[in-house]
Amino acid sequence: MTEIVVQVFRFGFLLLLWLFIFAAFRVVRADLFGGRAGRVTAVPPRAATGKKRQRGPKTLVVTAGPLSGTKITLGDQPILIGRADDSTLVLTDDFASSRHARLTNRGGQWYVEDLGSTNGTYLDQQRVQGPLLVNPGQPIRIGQTALELRT
Amino acid sequence: MTGPSTDPRAPAAGTAPPKRRGTELALLGFAVLITVVAQCVVDLTVTGSLSPELATFSTWIAALWVVAHLVVRRFAPYADPLLLPTVALLVGLGLAVIHRLDLAATQVDSPVTREDAPVQLLWATIGVALFVAVLVVVRDHRSLSRFAYTLALVGLVLLAVPALLPASISEVNGAKIWIRVAGFSIQPGEFAKICLIVFFAAYLVDKREVLALASRRVIGIELPRGRDLGPVLLAWVISILVLVFERDLGSSLLLFGIFVVMLYVATERSSWLLIGLGLFAGGALVAYQIFGHVQARVDTWLDPFAYRDGAGYQLVQSLFGLGTGGLFGAGLGGGRPDQVPVAKSDFIAAAIGEELGLFGLVAVIIVYLVLVERGLRTSLIVRDSFGKLLAAGLAFSLAWQTFVVLGGVTGLLPLTGLTTPFLAYGGSSLVANFGLVALLVRISDAARRPATPAAAPLPKLGDAPTEVVRP
Repeated sequence: MTEIVVQVFRFGFLLLLWLFIFAAFRVVRADLFGGRAGRVTAVPPRAATGKKRQRGPKTLVVTAGPLSGTKITLGDQPILIGRADDSTLVLTDDFASSRHARLTNRGGQWYVEDLGSTNGTYLDQQRVQGPLLVNPGQPIRIGQTALELRT
Repeated sequence: MTGPSTDPRAPAAGTAPPKRRGTELALLGFAVLITVVAQCVVDLTVTGSLSPELATFSTWIAALWVVAHLVVRRFAPYADPLLLPTVALLVGLGLAVIHRLDLAATQVDSPVTREDAPVQLLWATIGVALFVAVLVVVRDHRSLSRFAYTLALVGLVLLAVPALLPASISEVNGAKIWIRVAGFSIQPGEFAKICLIVFFAAYLVDKREVLALASRRVIGIELPRGRDLGPVLLAWVISILVLVFERDLGSSLLLFGIFVVMLYVATERSSWLLIGLGLFAGGALVAYQIFGHVQARVDTWLDPFAYRDGAGYQLVQSLFGLGTGGLFGAGLGGGRPDQVPVAKSDFIAAAIGEELGLFGLVAVIIVYLVLVERGLRTSLIVRDSFGKLLAAGLAFSLAWQTFVVLGGVTGLLPLTGLTTPFLAYGGSSLVANFGLVALLVRISDAARRPATPAAAPLPKLGDAPTEVVRP
């Protein structure tokens, strides 16, 4: 075993290890920013593309309460909120009912409905009676939980 | 195609969200490549020729990960793509270093030449089997919360069994934490850890309101009421009992740390950290005064070189090894890591530090970091509280254990006798940690799965069920 081969092994293996870490970090980055890593995300070309499809809110974010920080990506499906296990957002909140409220998409706009909950659903301090249009950033309060839509 | 989204899971509405199984397979391939290269380098450097078992070994390890990958593809298609590859890399690296230490033992013609690497490979196989079993059996992590109290009981029994068994069965090197039957030795404490984390998560989801809300304010710090201190005091007492009866510093530190952090995560109240720290300081002080083995550990930690011929020998050898390794290490097979006693299990990090140097050891730590980061990220994006707490607890336990072990090996903390997760030689630790990662994979699958409508069609608004008002 010549000295040069030993040195190649020594540094080559370290290089291999770090290449793995680099690959792992690329995956983490792709996960954080979506799509291919390496794309400049500062100026999203959103205005040019996809204007027809996506103008409304894209995520539902929990801003207060035990689930704070949770994000749900909005699709076409309604979002069911409550303590029941099959809800989209399962609340563990003593002030929430098992089927508490529902967010539905109608033509790209989201409406909140109260499903006959005990303690009520509030949109911007206003108690939700019938379906109400939710604008991005408007807080929805359910028990101790606050949610809002983000674009 | 929409622009880059700020959401991590980022499926543009209408398109299927990425499952990233291909990424996982590619990274697994990379990890297997590193494993095989490490074995080759060890063989070539130490003996000058490739060992005949290399082909069998490579096929076996590749088959293991392919099976694990296929099971994830089938049963947890949305799982995080980084959890499995990082584990694969750590296990592979551990196997290579253990193999290297095996060779070192034959080199110096030591009387006990045991081939530990094949045994470890067998344990890894059992670990993957447990991984598969957990993924197949536990289809929804929320179902675990129903067995919380059963699991707590199982955990406590597992913890207590070695303490109750006679020392001839349960004692190795002064720590009564083993069950040795028919040549096999397992450390039930490793499995107890997972059971207890599940219990903590379920219990805290139930009780966090009262733990977080009822409080008194003393000198600017919100202190919980006396009666709510019960659970944390109980955890403290259990960890002290483990310390007393099993002389196991590591497990008691591990369990108590996990519980305090989970309490903090559940309630978002830093006062729990302060209380935990206070209780720990008190317990540590008393333990130092009373128990000889704790005292010895602390003394050798404070000044290992004063005890270099006795209790501090291991640590001193480890520090010399790390020093010899320097920045780039001696190369796999180029150092003398066998000079550290029990380098395969407790001090495997010292062997890595000697042969791969600071850069290698830091790389290993970063791989752990990636694993823990994925766990904590899972905890952030999963949609139910139990899953959040469970993922946070599991990820933190990995981080905490790694920190305590590496701290011990480098002289930052007193030696505890915990094992480095996935790397170190030791069956129960490896198998239990495979179970732990399986749970993380299961939760991350639930977290990254796109929100689907409920199975039953939703009732019309008019027919929506109303809640019965409870008194």
